[in-house]
Amino acid sequence: MELLQGMWTSMAFDNLYWGNFVMWVIALTFVYLAINKGFEPLLLLPIAFGILLVNLPSEIMTPGEGLLWRFYHYGEEWAIIPPLIFLGIGAMTDFGPVIANPKTLLLGAGAQGGVYVTFFGALALGFNIDQAAVIGIIGGADGPTTIFLASKLAPEMMGICAVAAYSYMALVPVIQPPVMKLLTTEAQRKIRMKSLRKVSKLEKIFFPIITVIVITLVVPDAAALMGMFCFGNLMRESGVVDRLSLTAQNELMNIVTIFLGISVGATMPAEVFLTTKVIGVFILGSVAFCCATACGIGLAHLMNLFLKEKINPLIGAAGVSAVPMAARVAHKMGSEADKKNYLLMHAMGPNVAGVIGTAVAAGMFLSVLK
Amino acid sequence: MANIECPMSGKVWKILVKVGDTIAEDDEVIILEALKMENPIFAPEDGVIKEINVKEGQQVTEGDVLVVLE
Repeated sequence: MELLQGMWTSMAFDNLYWGNFVMWVIALTFVYLAINKGFEPLLLLPIAFGILLVNLPSEIMTPGEGLLWRFYHYGEEWAIIPPLIFLGIGAMTDFGPVIANPKTLLLGAGAQGGVYVTFFGALALGFNIDQAAVIGIIGGADGPTTIFLASKLAPEMMGICAVAAYSYMALVPVIQPPVMKLLTTEAQRKIRMKSLRKVSKLEKIFFPIITVIVITLVVPDAAALMGMFCFGNLMRESGVVDRLSLTAQNELMNIVTIFLGISVGATMPAEVFLTTKVIGVFILGSVAFCCATACGIGLAHLMNLFLKEKINPLIGAAGVSAVPMAARVAHKMGSEADKKNYLLMHAMGPNVAGVIGTAVAAGMFLSVLK
Repeated sequence: MANIECPMSGKVWKILVKVGDTIAEDDEVIILEALKMENPIFAPEDGVIKEINVKEGQQVTEGDVLVVLE
């Protein structure tokens, strides 16, 4: 009998409370969503497993000792992984649509309005100023940027905000269309846009160089993200380092995604996750995201007042940085209104501009709040 | 006679017509894959397929003539 009792204690069930079991259910739900529903499985599966591990009686997140703590400490607290992901995204991104139609840069910036609206909303709801900034940035629907900003300003919010940002990225096709329908008329959705001009290789090489110089001079705190992003893009466009460019896009990206996912999951033990704050984060996150969509469309309408050649306001909604999901949504809604309307490449302009926009918004928060 | 031009860069995913087929306006002619999305390309007008200039799997860019109608 004593032996059994000893085993029971060593199995450490004692160290668990009901909250941990709730987290198991959440983790398993995420596993289910990743496998059966295909919701961002590359991220959700590692995150789910991290959640499960940290809610088992283990020392996996013990500072200075645990394995996942080390991943977390060196990867995220030191803010190494998000910039490496940006390196990969830069290497994947074709800036052609932005260069061909630089007006779309404005749309990418306009959608960041949602970030600031939510920032003030979160402040009003009693989050502190650092937390509010991280919640606001969710509106950009950019996972790595959210994690980056959280690591600098509010590490306690990282896990929750990362999950919120990635959930909204997966939910782009659900959240955006109603907002887009509400703010555009059928006739506006039918607007066809003139085909984009050809962009020369020289322009594509100069774009990342000029971008990094300008942005780093204006917002020095965006340098880590934008530096890696532009470097990745230069590797791609230079055409002479395909091996490096492909590694950044594929192997390196996959490797850091594993470390990122599992350790972000591990920042969510029950005592941190199961608070009323989490609900606030998710609600504010979706508000942020709808506002960003609306701001992008609003700005497109505004620009149309002055432009001779009208832009389709739907592409304004692609100013959030979920690439290429937001561009796909804009394209799909355009082709629903007129099936020979091909907006995809036009929407990629604001979409990739949105990535820059969100990184800049994060840099601005950092420079003000740090 | 009319050309069906490629509306955006991508990869030819499926060709749904053969030379000699008669097609009507708005028929799906080719499915183009761009950004992991399948995009049907529709016929701009009625006609008969005279030439198909692309193969499945081929990379195409905006403005390329995919199919010639007559």
